[in-house]
This record gives sequence, structure tokens and C-alpha cells, in this order.
Amino acid sequence: MLSDRTQTETRVPRYLELRDRLAQRNRGLRDKVMSLPEAMALVNDGDHVAIGGNTFSRTPFAACWELIRQKPKHLTISRSITSTEGDLFLAGGCVDKYMTSWFGQGIVWGLSRVLRHHVENNLVNYEEWSHMSLGMMYRAGAMGLPFMPTRVMMGSSIPDALQSRLETMTCPYSGDKVMLLPAINPNVALIHVQRCDRFGNAQYDGLPFMDNDLAMAADKVILTTEEIIDNDEIRSASEHTRIPFMTVDAVVEVPRGAAPHECAGHYEPFYSVMDAYAAKTRAEGIEGAAAFMEQAVYGPDDWNDFLHMMKMDTSNGGNA
Amino acid sequence: MKTRSQTKTPAYTTTELLSVMCARAMSDGQIIFAGVGVPLLGATVAQQMHAPSLTILFEGGIIGPFIRPGRLPSSTNEMRTAEKANMLLSPTDVLSLLQRGYVDIGFIGGAQIDKFANVNSSYIGPYHAPKIRLPGTGGGNDIASLSDTIIIMPHTRQRFVEKVDFITSPGYCDGGTSRADSGLIAGGVKSVITDLCTFECNAPGNVLSVTALNPGVSRQDVLDNMGFEPEFSDDLAENAPPTEEELGILRRLDPDKIYIGK
Repeated sequence: MLSDRTQTETRVPRYLELRDRLAQRNRGLRDKVMSLPEAMALVNDGDHVAIGGNTFSRTPFAACWELIRQKPKHLTISRSITSTEGDLFLAGGCVDKYMTSWFGQGIVWGLSRVLRHHVENNLVNYEEWSHMSLGMMYRAGAMGLPFMPTRVMMGSSIPDALQSRLETMTCPYSGDKVMLLPAINPNVALIHVQRCDRFGNAQYDGLPFMDNDLAMAADKVILTTEEIIDNDEIRSASEHTRIPFMTVDAVVEVPRGAAPHECAGHYEPFYSVMDAYAAKTRAEGIEGAAAFMEQAVYGPDDWNDFLHMMKMDTSNGGNA
Repeated sequence: MKTRSQTKTPAYTTTELLSVMCARAMSDGQIIFAGVGVPLLGATVAQQMHAPSLTILFEGGIIGPFIRPGRLPSSTNEMRTAEKANMLLSPTDVLSLLQRGYVDIGFIGGAQIDKFANVNSSYIGPYHAPKIRLPGTGGGNDIASLSDTIIIMPHTRQRFVEKVDFITSPGYCDGGTSRADSGLIAGGVKSVITDLCTFECNAPGNVLSVTALNPGVSRQDVLDNMGFEPEFSDDLAENAPPTEEELGILRRLDPDKIYIGK
């Protein structure tokens, strides 16, 4: 299938510029604790923001929610699989480009009306990549390499639909054709964890997702955490530390910071909240999403007010 | 419109039938890559019937879970899919197991399939001006690119089309050797399981060919529900209906009938 659009050349950050941006950061062992609004103010218009967790698991939901309230513009958002937060970023008018492998609140809730509205009316540059591709692109970024050779996305229409042109090469050692996936080095990574210390040494339980690669790849990392623990506790179980402090720029203690999504060991998905949101957008489409934004994103005084409004402060989610 | 020549009400739902056919395609000792829904239901039936050492991988990063009855997950990337797993990896690493060659069969679904078993789960209509934007590949493209694949698909005329609007997960591309020529030198579609029949693709043409009909289904039923005319195998078989034992396992697994239907 041939594109009737002209694809531009794919570009990745120049290596020395990437290193220079890293060199400018204060990477010492220092206290990085701040408030949620302070942390999200570190995101600039036009930034590429990569989101940790996956689907409705360990989503940095409070961080996304607060960022959307600050009404940023022209963001690129990437996440391996996108759930509820994707609708809110699009409905909030924050996004120029969305990179993901799958977009919908979850299989049981059907198609996202908000995604349909934005793609079918050409309101966003929507880039679909395979799940593994996004993982490899973050990993290349984490490794300080410009691309990752892989054996996926060939023979498919996926590369045709991208704004920039992907290249393949013949491997000089094996003669195999490989797809060269460009590294992602996001300006900001948002990651939610079960626990970390005030320096940003982070431990997470359950599914690890791509969060370690995100942290290593990004120019800036904002961590939200169910609880801030003492550095001595980190040092007494350092084999459980997944994100090193030097990659982290902000630490925010946000209990239930993944709600309405799940956080292993703390709470299950708040299905009643997700059901209600899906029902509203199914019935009212983009208008339903806009009404939800007014009520539940822009309306509350702060994150705890939102938790209370959604009755997520007094239960542990799961089946009602 | 779907028609069937059978007259009596079937004693099982479409999802139950697909899940049982899926289970029978799995062998003991295999490592399979599954999505939630039919492949997971099928894998759990297989584990309790003929394949106790079947290992399930999920793209969320999960190796070898055993799903708890009544707590079926709604995503391959949530903690319910991790029940009693041996190991939790990143998606990047578990998908790398596909690329390394550890997976015997990967299971995928989709919105459309064409005669070369290419699957579309991205766009209905042209991608630059789509009628419907669908959820997308997830790990589907990775599975289809890197492993032997079985496709599970409800059998309707809208889904079985001459040419898919968009190849999300490549089958045999334009047929013949075009899959390998594109760079996909391993894997490929082994079969397509529907509620009416089973298809296979065979070299040199690599087009869909009906190899077995489901109970009570005629050739004409298949033709009436396709947007193109498939080949039929010379030794066309008939799949045995789901047994009470198979159905019993499914119904204990999903007591609220969220996935298997009523």
C-alpha cells in the first residue's frame, strides 16, 4: 500500500547533544522531593513525554492528570500501550503526536471514542508501532545507541503510515534484512512506583514493564510513589532497586497515584470508575469526554479531592 | 448474513467453540504466546485436559501463569494475568523470546483477514482517511512477524475480505515467497480457526484453504460468510464438537460468562 503523503527522513537526537543535555543535569545524591504541581511544571510545551506502566497497570495517573490540568501544548506522548490517560491527553488538547501500539481503555470497554474522533478527523499525528518496537526504541535510547535492529514491522503497512520513513538494512554479518528502529530519548519520563527514597532510588513490584529503559533513556524523570522510604531501607534491599537515583529529577509522594488503574500490592483497578467513564464516552462521544474533563480533571482542588470525588480514597478497587 | 445448515440450537456459544478448537491446537510441553480472551480460555482448557505442562507467555511480560477461575484478566498487561507465574519480565524481553525463537505458537485475532492470512487490527478504510480507527497491533505484529501463528477469527463476510485495508500483522503478504522476501524469514500462519471452519496456508501459493468444517457447517455456509472464495482441501475433515468436559472447564473458568457469552 503506497502512501499518498510524503514521508520525511527519520531523525534521532545527535549523540553528543544527548550527552551534553545529560551533563547539564544535577546528577548528585540530593533531595528531589517536591509537590505534584511543582513536578509537572518541569514539563515544557513541545516535550516528548514517555509514560511508564502499561495499559491500566502502574500508570503514573496522578502525574498525567496534573500535567493535563496545566494545559501543556504540542506534546508528543509515547507509551507502549495506552489506556484511559490517552483519552484525557487528547481531550485536553495537549498532544500533537501520539506514539503507541494499542489505544483503548482496555479490551472489555471497546474502541476509544476519543481516539476515533481525533484520528478520523485528522486532529492528531497518530503513530502506531508494534509493542516490541516501542520497547526496542526506548531500549536503544537507554543504551545511548541511535537505533535497534529488529525483525518486526517488515511486510506490514505499519511503516507506510508513519510520518517519517523507516529504513531497513542488510546485516553485514548474516545477510539478513533487519528493520532499524530509531531510538527514543524522551524529554521527560513519568513513572509511578510502589516505593522510592527522596533521592529517587526506586523499587517497584509486579510487572516491571519498560520503566527501567524509560528512566535510562529520558532527559528528565519524574517519579511518583505510593510512599517515600528511608535511604537505609533501599540500601538494605538494593537488589530490588530498579531505577537508579541519578536518572531521577523529581520525587513526589502520591498515595493511590495510579488510580483508577492498578498498583500491584496496593490496589486493583477501580473498575467502577473505568466503567462509568467508558459508559459516558460511549453514550456521548467526545462531548462526554469533555464533560468528564471539566468535572474530574479541571474541577477538583487537587489529586486527593479527585480521589475523594471518585470514591477511590476508601476502597482498594477491584470488583465491586 | 450468517446462516448455518444446522437446525438444532447449538449447546455451546461461539466463543466456547473457538476456545475449544484453540485448545486442541495446543500440545503438551509447548510454549505459546497468547492474548486474553479466546487463546487464554483455550490454553487453560488445554492445561486441564491434554497439556498440563503447556506454558503461556503474555506480552505484559508474564511467563507461565495459571489463571484463577472467576478472575479472568481483561488485559495481557495487568496483575491478574500474572497469577502463579514463574517470572515477570518487561514486555521488551518477553517479546524478545519470540524473536529468539522460544515460542511454538503465537495466537492473534483482528478485525479483518484476507486470502493471504494478513490481519488488520488498525484501520477500516484508508489509513490517511480512515472510517474507523481500531485499537491497533499491540503485540500482534510482533507475534505474526516472529513465530508460527494461529489466527482466531469470528467468521463473517465483513471480516474475510479479498484484501485487508491495512496489514497490521503480516501473514503471507502478497502470497508465494513475498513474506520471506519482505524480511520475515521465520514463522508464518499455520492455521486460521473460525466458528465455521479451520483454514491452513500451504506453499507455494500460501492462500487460505479450508481443511476442516465445524460440526453442522456446510461448504456453502463458509462461502456465504466470506468476501472472497477460498480454496477447499481435497481431504476436507470435520472437527469434532466440543465435549462436555471441555465446556465444563470453560464454564468453571468464567462463571459469570463475561467472555464465553450466554
